[in-house]
Amino acid sequence: MIAHLLSAADLDAATATLVLDTAGEMAGVADREVKKLPTLRGRTVVNLFYEDSTRTRTSFEVAAKRLSADVINFSAKGSSVSKGESLKDTALTLQAMGADAVVIRHEASGAPHRLARWIDGSVINAGDGTHEHPTQALLDAYTMRSRLGRLAGLHVVIVGDVLHSRVARSNVHLLHTLGAKVTLVAPPTLLPVGVGSWPAAVSYDLDSALSGADVVMMLRVQRERLSGGGRDSFFPSDREYSRRYGLDDARLRRMPAHAIVMHPGPMNRGVEITAEVADSARSTIVEQVGNGVSVRMAVLYLMLGGL
Amino acid sequence: MAYPQTTKTILTAADISRTVDRIAHQILEKTEGARDAVLLGIPTRGFPLARRLAGRIATFEDVSIPVGVLDVTLYRDDLRMRAARAIGKTQIPPAGIDGRLVILVDDVLFSGRTVRAALDALGDLGRPRAVQLAVLVDRGHRELPIRADYVGKNIPTSLSESVRVRLSETDGADEVQLYPGTDTSAAPATGAAERRVVA
Repeated sequence: MIAHLLSAADLDAATATLVLDTAGEMAGVADREVKKLPTLRGRTVVNLFYEDSTRTRTSFEVAAKRLSADVINFSAKGSSVSKGESLKDTALTLQAMGADAVVIRHEASGAPHRLARWIDGSVINAGDGTHEHPTQALLDAYTMRSRLGRLAGLHVVIVGDVLHSRVARSNVHLLHTLGAKVTLVAPPTLLPVGVGSWPAAVSYDLDSALSGADVVMMLRVQRERLSGGGRDSFFPSDREYSRRYGLDDARLRRMPAHAIVMHPGPMNRGVEITAEVADSARSTIVEQVGNGVSVRMAVLYLMLGGL
Repeated sequence: MAYPQTTKTILTAADISRTVDRIAHQILEKTEGARDAVLLGIPTRGFPLARRLAGRIATFEDVSIPVGVLDVTLYRDDLRMRAARAIGKTQIPPAGIDGRLVILVDDVLFSGRTVRAALDALGDLGRPRAVQLAVLVDRGHRELPIRADYVGKNIPTSLSESVRVRLSETDGADEVQLYPGTDTSAAPATGAAERRVVA
């Protein structure tokens, strides 16, 4: 049904909705006595992670195992990659071992696209550089839909380090496809070149954007990517960032009563989001993790469940 | 020829209504009042049939039987033969199925593979006291050792024919038809869906 999942922009509204509906049914498995379906018995899913990850890799692993697929975890540390093996040679090795799907996270934007041309199996992009993270966008959309009942017409405000955020890029594409309106809020230094061509509005002022928001999604300040040019070159201090672009109790109170707070994790408590907001009833942060498993089960089923 | 060359109506709306009534009575009789029964319909048309049965049983004996829906797509043995298909809804009544008599309800019994999948799915959901099967139509050609406990009508068919069940809830009218030709993907030789009809 879906050959590869490389970019959220590849999904049309019907396919994206099918994934979300399928995820809704998969969610029931988590409440059952036997949390397992026989559907992907005999299929092999390889988690190929060149970057650190806790929740995404675990989430894909749990999802594949709940569908009875065999899972091979392959991280760059402790593998032949540290001896200098190229992505292509690693890919061909995995191919020879009979991987039906490869879930890849790579620090280089576009690596999953290359991989998709080298191997026969399905490729799922689990985050490539600063490019895309489509399953995160799907689980975010799923979370919004289950909390607010719809996606079309929602106003979603995405705040923070858009420049380095694959989550933001994938969310903008998918939410646009599904009929939501997106506003990106960030300091000018943390917006990518060409953001004007994205299907989203851009603002530098968090307070004015929040007043009409149904959803506010806080992005992580990506210290590891900011360190390249020195964090000072992007914003003066954590304290100043947090004052202008952080979500605290006062800002949360000014938002509409039904509005929800999202964060893809991992969080920097005290920088982009305060601990009180992160732990409040309007935060969906823990829910997002659970929904991630359902959405990834849906994606794996739709990619590997058929012919 | 013993088999019709054109579309033939096997059950009219009135026939279906009488048949459902009869199965409801049979369930009450065979289960001594159906006190611990749960009706689980297999999508798409098993679910409205299960609801109708529960409705009739409530009228006849004033017992309220929980009704649920059990999608078996993820347990099918023919998933690899076609592109991944959309999965349907599963909703088990809140009281669950442990220790209860589960009556599976489907529209057509054919190869038996859907029922096999349903039995596997039930095993993952709990442990019923017993499982029974009610179908509106049994068209024969079983490929597995499976039989129904309640059958609305036995229809002798050839493999080159198809049975189409229409229900007002899903199709706007009540009718069972037999027509020549098969949806190739539905032929039991390829192990596909029993209820598959030409769209």
